[in-house]
Amino acid sequence: MTVFKKPHALTDAPFHYCPGCTHGIIHRLVAQAIDELGIEGKTVGVAPVGCSVMAYDYFSCDMTEAAHGRAPAVATGLKRANPENIVFTYQGDGDLASIGTAETVHAAARNENITVIFINNAIYGMTGGQMAPTSLVGQVTQTSPYGRDPALCGYPVKICEMLSELEGPEYLERVAVNSVKNVNAAYKAIKKAFQNQIEGRGFSLVEVLSACPTNWGKTPSESLKWIDSAMIPYYPLGVYKDRSAGIFGGKTGGACDRSESAEKCACSGKADCGGRPVNAGSSNGSDCGKNACGAK
Amino acid sequence: MSDKVLMKGNEAIAEAAIMAGCRHYFGYPITPQTEIAAYMARRMPKIGGTFLQAESEVAAINMVYGAASAGVRVMTSSSSPGISLKSEGISYLAGADLPAVIVNAQRGGPGLGGIQPSQSDYFQATRGGGHGDYHMIVLAPASVQEMASLTIKAFDLADKWRTPCMILADGTTGQMMEPVSFDFDIAPAPEKPWALTGTQGKRAHNITNSLYLSPEELETHNFNRFKKYDEIMKTEPIAEEYKADDADIILVAFGIASRVSKNAVDEARGAGIKAGLIRPITLWPFPSDILFKHTEHARHFISVELSMGQLIEDVMLSTRCRRPVTLCNRAGGMIPVPSQILQAIQNVAANGGN
Repeated sequence: MTVFKKPHALTDAPFHYCPGCTHGIIHRLVAQAIDELGIEGKTVGVAPVGCSVMAYDYFSCDMTEAAHGRAPAVATGLKRANPENIVFTYQGDGDLASIGTAETVHAAARNENITVIFINNAIYGMTGGQMAPTSLVGQVTQTSPYGRDPALCGYPVKICEMLSELEGPEYLERVAVNSVKNVNAAYKAIKKAFQNQIEGRGFSLVEVLSACPTNWGKTPSESLKWIDSAMIPYYPLGVYKDRSAGIFGGKTGGACDRSESAEKCACSGKADCGGRPVNAGSSNGSDCGKNACGAK
Repeated sequence: MSDKVLMKGNEAIAEAAIMAGCRHYFGYPITPQTEIAAYMARRMPKIGGTFLQAESEVAAINMVYGAASAGVRVMTSSSSPGISLKSEGISYLAGADLPAVIVNAQRGGPGLGGIQPSQSDYFQATRGGGHGDYHMIVLAPASVQEMASLTIKAFDLADKWRTPCMILADGTTGQMMEPVSFDFDIAPAPEKPWALTGTQGKRAHNITNSLYLSPEELETHNFNRFKKYDEIMKTEPIAEEYKADDADIILVAFGIASRVSKNAVDEARGAGIKAGLIRPITLWPFPSDILFKHTEHARHFISVELSMGQLIEDVMLSTRCRRPVTLCNRAGGMIPVPSQILQAIQNVAANGGN
């Protein structure tokens, strides 16, 4: 009988995260992937600046703490120094998609053989709930008290879509951790992002839609629902790029729904879909194969 | 390789770094140091090393932070505006006690400034440059030979003291060509049990970090780091003394300014004035004791610098106001000629050294 237990790749240090925060789930998924792949002894993690700044205390592997936004550059230095190490970064949206955009884009463009775990909770958590690059239009935060106004501060940044236009990266997928089904899919994506590095495939980024009940002003359960009702429509889940599987993002946007089998998906995991992905939307995936591969 | 070869200063730095075991270089183009990057780009792929042109100076210094955390000898180089961008990363290196070598081939500032040689990053280099309480070791070469020898020393000192170490060169020492010998004894890099190489399941995890949210803990770290700095200040200062033993008037100058000053000392001696020169080779730790010793006989100090009066502050602090100190300077990319410095010496001498 398998007993559910804490992964070895997590230390015994108690998390400092708020009630209902999903960092804990994502930490567990990362640690579980490290355990299952048997790579803890050669893994080096890079913590960001933000709520997960103290991730270096939570993972049992070697860890470093980077300056705000610079984790992909630090990971580059670590990986180039010791290519046999498995190097991952764990970064929030302010860190990765605002102050660290250049480091993110260029690590992806170089197809740097690292794994990036990107936590998108649409807000700056550690500093107390300011507008993030990923805050939704109309979202009320401490620094957008009347709601995010596109006329004033533009639109939220879609990292997976943006990076999918680059030749460089190997693998880009957006997942969420607001339901058991989504958590299971998130685990598969995270494990794949590490597996890719082990196989030398290159830059793999998993964007995880995550909850911040404290700064959203919602209960934990309301927060999980808000991911479904507000975040996923703007940030559709799915695979935005998987070079080895022949899935390429493109200007039509959208993603290949991992829940669809390769046979049902019109692109069938082949590269002949003309560089256009299957637009699977958030959860139903019903239009899979209609608009994308038909365009070839 | 005991024969001398004719090389640019920047290239001498690059070759010496490779000899010192540096196999990782991260940089970004900026005049007047780009020869270092170009040299590394040619050489590193041939010797199994890494040359990577980063997307910015900010990224480059953070790649250095990563490679230093991994325990390898690593270097970056830039020029003044680029060093400002790297200063955040240098503060993090110092805060995490990580060894790395940073080259600054200085150009005139502030702002975008110019591309001609300058020494106006003296404060930035010797006072830290980034935020927080820290120092880094700063070496000031005055010849292409020293560009090489001090680069090797920089790697040794960085590893020995687990601190970032800067080579504060300038556009002239970087660009000029001189014969240089690479006949060096290279000591192996020390073991780095703190490095992030993976636990291999055999030890607790290592962490490189500069965050301490408990003020008591952060204070302890800072106190301990400054005990290390005290040791560095006791053991590592170096200066060249030139005709200083009996000098009435002592010039203090480093880098390219010291070479012009040496000529002025000779000319002054020829004119019957007992002038001398102290050339700090370590700018931090500053060779204060050596300067102070000469206050016994010297009546006046002249700080010769390519800046608006930065070195002069350390000269004043070191001589503890026992003797007057005068500034003789050019700025903005201009270099003094020996006659300007000789005039400064003669002015002081005419005033009885007062």
